[in-house]
Amino acid sequence: MSEQKDINTIGRRAFLRNSSLAGGGLILGFSWLNSCKPKQVTEAEVMEMPEEWFEINSYLKIGENGVATIFCPNPEFGQGVMTSMPMLVAEELDISWEKVLVEIAPYNAEIYGRQFTGGSQGIRTRWEGLRTVGASAKQMLKQAAAKQWQVPVSEISTAEGVLTHDPTGNTLGYGEVASAAMEVEVPEEVTLKSPKDFKIISNSKKNVEGKKIVTGKPMFGVDYQYDGALVAMAEHPPAFGLKLKSFDASQAKSMPGIVDVFKIETYSDDYERNFFDTNAFTELVVVVGKTTWEVMNAKKKLQVEWEPFSDYEYTADRFGNKSQVKVPGGLESSDAHYAKMEELAAKPGQVVRKDGNPEKAFENAAKVIERSYTCPFLAHNCMEPMNFFAHVTDEGAKLAGPLQAPLLIEGAIAASLGLPAEKVDIEMTRMGGGFGRRAYAHYAVEAGLISKKVKAPVKLVYSREDDMTFGIYRPSYQATYRAALDENNNLVAFHVKAGGIPETPIFADRFPAGAVENYMAEQWEHNSNITIGAFRAPRSNFMAGVEQAFLDEVAELAGKDPIEFRLELLDKAMTNPVGEKNDYEADRLAGVLKLVRDKSEWGTEKPGMFRGVAAYFCHNTYAAHVIDVVKGNDGTPRVENAVCAMDCGIVVNPDAAANMCEGGIVDGVGNAMYGGLTFKDGATQQSNFDRYRIIRHSEAPKNIEVHFVQNEIDPTGLGEPPFPPVMGALANALYKAEGRRFYNQPFINEKPPIVG
Amino acid sequence: MAKYTLNINGKSHEVDADPSTPMLWVLRDHLNLVGTKYGCGIAQCGACTIHLEGTATRACMLTVASVGNQQVTTIEGLSEEGDHPVQKAWLEVDVPQCGYCQAGQIMTAAALLENNPNPTDNEIEMAMNGNICRCGTYTRIKKAVKLAASSK
Repeated sequence: MSEQKDINTIGRRAFLRNSSLAGGGLILGFSWLNSCKPKQVTEAEVMEMPEEWFEINSYLKIGENGVATIFCPNPEFGQGVMTSMPMLVAEELDISWEKVLVEIAPYNAEIYGRQFTGGSQGIRTRWEGLRTVGASAKQMLKQAAAKQWQVPVSEISTAEGVLTHDPTGNTLGYGEVASAAMEVEVPEEVTLKSPKDFKIISNSKKNVEGKKIVTGKPMFGVDYQYDGALVAMAEHPPAFGLKLKSFDASQAKSMPGIVDVFKIETYSDDYERNFFDTNAFTELVVVVGKTTWEVMNAKKKLQVEWEPFSDYEYTADRFGNKSQVKVPGGLESSDAHYAKMEELAAKPGQVVRKDGNPEKAFENAAKVIERSYTCPFLAHNCMEPMNFFAHVTDEGAKLAGPLQAPLLIEGAIAASLGLPAEKVDIEMTRMGGGFGRRAYAHYAVEAGLISKKVKAPVKLVYSREDDMTFGIYRPSYQATYRAALDENNNLVAFHVKAGGIPETPIFADRFPAGAVENYMAEQWEHNSNITIGAFRAPRSNFMAGVEQAFLDEVAELAGKDPIEFRLELLDKAMTNPVGEKNDYEADRLAGVLKLVRDKSEWGTEKPGMFRGVAAYFCHNTYAAHVIDVVKGNDGTPRVENAVCAMDCGIVVNPDAAANMCEGGIVDGVGNAMYGGLTFKDGATQQSNFDRYRIIRHSEAPKNIEVHFVQNEIDPTGLGEPPFPPVMGALANALYKAEGRRFYNQPFINEKPPIVG
Repeated sequence: MAKYTLNINGKSHEVDADPSTPMLWVLRDHLNLVGTKYGCGIAQCGACTIHLEGTATRACMLTVASVGNQQVTTIEGLSEEGDHPVQKAWLEVDVPQCGYCQAGQIMTAAALLENNPNPTDNEIEMAMNGNICRCGTYTRIKKAVKLAASSK
């Protein structure tokens, strides 16, 4: 693959920037994207490839035969953006989807903006921009045709990649005017279609990478192939709270296939970390060799001594705001975490919202109910363990691999290598899952340092054990809820106090805030040296489930149907909201509840089925689920059906969106039932899938139905919102099945009380 | 190190590797057949599933020395054009999300249908239970297995 090196010296970023910003110019043989991966069979091979490509803008090139390549700006980790984002461009371009090829864009924030996958923000933030890209290109093609025909642009219409001069019926294919269109000035304003005119948007398109996936083509970071690339693995401390003391590499070095063994320091002393430079283990012992198996074996022969560290602090930059991160020394254990959380939950917290007079309302209440909930740390467990390719030379650095946010790690890579950022070229590969973990791409920095040291291209790979024990985990949380009912069973006061190790999960302004006259939210936190970070719907992934489980108990205490009870509260939030800052739209939350009520035929008894409901708003999207649990012959509960109602506005790719919701439901059931990472003396007690339980085929819901609220609101995200409320719906269904409530995740550990 | 002649996807391959090397790494590192994925290394996740004489086998626990003359099939060799009924069904149902585990899922499903052309839901679950999908595409996988069964 020697041609790859030539591309690297040019620098892919520089190449596209030059070609794009120079404003036009014919790009001949624009095939470097394909030439990088000659073994890859692309859709292009089954479609007649053009002889010339004409770059209309940075997102789009059109061939003389009318085939178009659309670049997806954001990295793909299974959420389907490589299909849905080009759909937005193709819609406004008026091209037939069958003529569209898709490539992932090079990383270049100057051209492509926020190339970030996370927070369910992809479609929401690209909705207008990508449609404008398509509409601008269409306008340029129309102008080029108008010039050729010498007619007014207003007399030209477009459909399926063909321009038609309406009065005469003359036609031109996009490919025939693509070259001329490049000379047309980019229009300052374009009119975007009304949703009623959509032909591609809201019509399901299959995953554009489906064929590659089912035929096993190289597409993930760990598959990255490069002539002469070595393999590296890194040894990190066996427990949080430890750091490297010394190591003896002699045995490992003498193992077959081993090139070198050395230490790296991920962050130099003068590097100021950003908020995504979370990293517990910044000194690693690295083994570099020829093949993975040889490196794995040599790594076992390392003799390393570790030592405890003392409390320390560092400054982290969070989008311009500096904050001190405190890292306590010590070897932590889950037992101690739970004891500490119980202790802190019993003390007053920091009040973050207060409406009315909750103290008095609780005092005067007819009934008061209080319940507490906990959840463990979770590991992301992306199926593709962390890995990255790096080739660092004096001229610059070429890196490639799976990451959600190149912008957040580019600075760290450049600083660690002593290179200016423009000499660092990052290629975004398809990710084998992300779930938030790959927003913290310290492993890319590590790969760069290793390549620099061995002066060779290197692929750093984490074993599953490395991946699970060097995590940036979902924190362990605790929440205590109290509710007060008056003599007519109206909810008159609501109190939530929540905290965690090391962060609070609370959202003070979410439902039922705004629906209760007397409301209080409190929070607390307890520092830890265990690294935590974003995990699919951060904080919501605990709060939704426990809040919805608690509301179920409150509804029961009030003698009300759980859906009607919630709708009553939402009616109050709509008609007479309490407080000024309620960060949800009550009518849309009520809307998904009503839709799931109707679609699940809520209220009809189904023998042997035990139902639970939950609804939640997060990441700009509304979700409601009804879950049916059945009990097997041995009494083991299993989810039979899940019915899901979502309001994410316009649904760009409905079947793929349904897939995402189905996955969110399976993930929710899995984590609520089985998920958990526990610690003893700083070490995780699970390091692979033998002890870390991931939901499997026989435990997944048998049937999942997904329904979308039909409206014309601009779309919001779907990666996260279906996930959090699942835990609540499941807890409520399990209560019906088992006759007891489930307060502590994972539910599999909640044993029935011993009677006697 | 030792030399092995392996029969993979109908072709003969010469490999020089330590006898303890798992087939997973022989395929990925020595032969550039990277469709077979590493997920756990301890036969718990199924991402590395290949066929050994037609039987679904975890390549991460199968040493190169133990393969001998047995026929190995990987995802790259399941069909010439990616048109095995299971692959077609996967595309029709649009199963994958991230896609990383899917080669292993497909190899397990293909072996299942070879032995049991019309599996029940329960039989599908039991056969597929060793294959983890972290994205949670299980309901679609089951649908695709059934579709492949009906189209065979």
